Amino acid sequence: MRLSLLALLAKEPAHGYELKQALEQIFGSAYPPPNIGQIYVTLGRLEKDGLVRAVDVEQSNRPNKKVYYLTAAGRDALDAWVDEPTEGPRVRDEFFMKLVLAPMTGIADRMALINRQRRHYLGLMRDLNELADRTDREDYVALLLIEGAMLHLQADLDWLERCQEDLS
Amino acid sequence: MSPPPVVHAVNLVKIYQNGGVPVPAVRGVDLRVEAGQFVAITGPSGSGKSTLVHMLGGLDTRTSGEIWLDGKRADTLGESAWALLRRQKIGFVFQFFNLVANMTVADNVELPALLAGASAREARERREHLLGELGLTDRADASPAQLAGGEQQRVALARALANRPSLLLADEPTGNLDSRNTRDVLRLLGEVHRDGQTVILVTHDARVASLADRVVSLLDGEIVDDGFIGATRRRPRGTAGDVVELRG
Ligand SMILES: Nc1ncnc2c1ncn2[C@@H]1O[C@H](COP(=O)(O)OP(=O)(O)O)[C@@H](O)[C@H]1O
Ligand SMILES: [Mg+2]
Repeated sequence: MRLSLLALLAKEPAHGYELKQALEQIFGSAYPPPNIGQIYVTLGRLEKDGLVRAVDVEQSNRPNKKVYYLTAAGRDALDAWVDEPTEGPRVRDEFFMKLVLAPMTGIADRMALINRQRRHYLGLMRDLNELADRTDREDYVALLLIEGAMLHLQADLDWLERCQEDLS
Repeated sequence: MSPPPVVHAVNLVKIYQNGGVPVPAVRGVDLRVEAGQFVAITGPSGSGKSTLVHMLGGLDTRTSGEIWLDGKRADTLGESAWALLRRQKIGFVFQFFNLVANMTVADNVELPALLAGASAREARERREHLLGELGLTDRADASPAQLAGGEQQRVALARALANRPSLLLADEPTGNLDSRNTRDVLRLLGEVHRDGQTVILVTHDARVASLADRVVSLLDGEIVDDGFIGATRRRPRGTAGDVVELRG
């Protein structure tokens, strides 16, 4: 969340509640919006690290509100984050570990393990299908996230097939 | 007494001869599919999926074993009897489409309905509905050669569904589709399934397979798994934000 707040502040200074609203508006149901408390805690840490600074803005009839803006160091941190490639998906897979170690346990037969796992993945895929059906057609951010999850699952299934061909 | 299964294969075997060398493609498959069931067949390339569905549709002869359709022996039928059977109740989607090249898309789709005895009007309405569902309305007058692979594939599906077959056999019907077109196909298959038609469909696409009631996995010409897709422990609670958790 640190970096998404920095990115929003790079656009314009804002107070905590505005940041929460902006996250909700951009990501919709794709990422559950953080609660306001988490946002203030994060802003406090960013301030302590010198990445943002706050100014008190007076308001009539109400307590002052803190408006946050990005510092030069904050800008650098944001640029560094955007510029570096993001880690790829995990390759260490718990199921794969089970599969390789199965003969040593003396109980599980690999074919049965793979078959059970396939059905489980397909069950997850069905959940994702239902979720996609329930998601607003206009909510591209959420739909893309669901599609990403589907493609990962498809890759897991393809890999399972490879394991079945080669290990059984 | 309950009705006989729509499809019943007993110890079905197919051995191709490849320059005198026997190539076993299907090695003793037993498969019973009840009316209204939606079965997905998966498995690695070369595991015998196409051969199996071709035999079930009478498009390839068996080496040994039996095929029963709606309680009647079918593997002993000749080509013309199979052709009649397909016209009456089997829709087939080929992996490589097999559209009639010198006919328009509209005619390709209407032909099976007309052959099955539908009136010109019924056939046209059915064609309009199917092409509409698959986003192909504006391609009706094109010839197959003018279509992209994914479009041909959807036309092949529309054609197979034209005479509302009680049994739909489909060989990788989404193999050439992007995700939006796959969604259209999924919606149509869901409709076909809800209408009570029986569906046996070969697929690599997990989105398609997850729609099925039951998944049959082939490996080296044999069934290695056959069962229902279980409910996951965690149902999605409703938003895409839970997707990550769902996969955890
Ligand atoms: N007409 C044919 N002649 C010879 N061998 C064939 C023929 N069709 C398929 N095969 C062989 O039979 C096996 C199963 O093929 P196929 O049913 O097409 O598998 P899949 O559809 O699962 O990829 C493969 O080894 C394939 O090479
Ligand atoms: Mg095939």
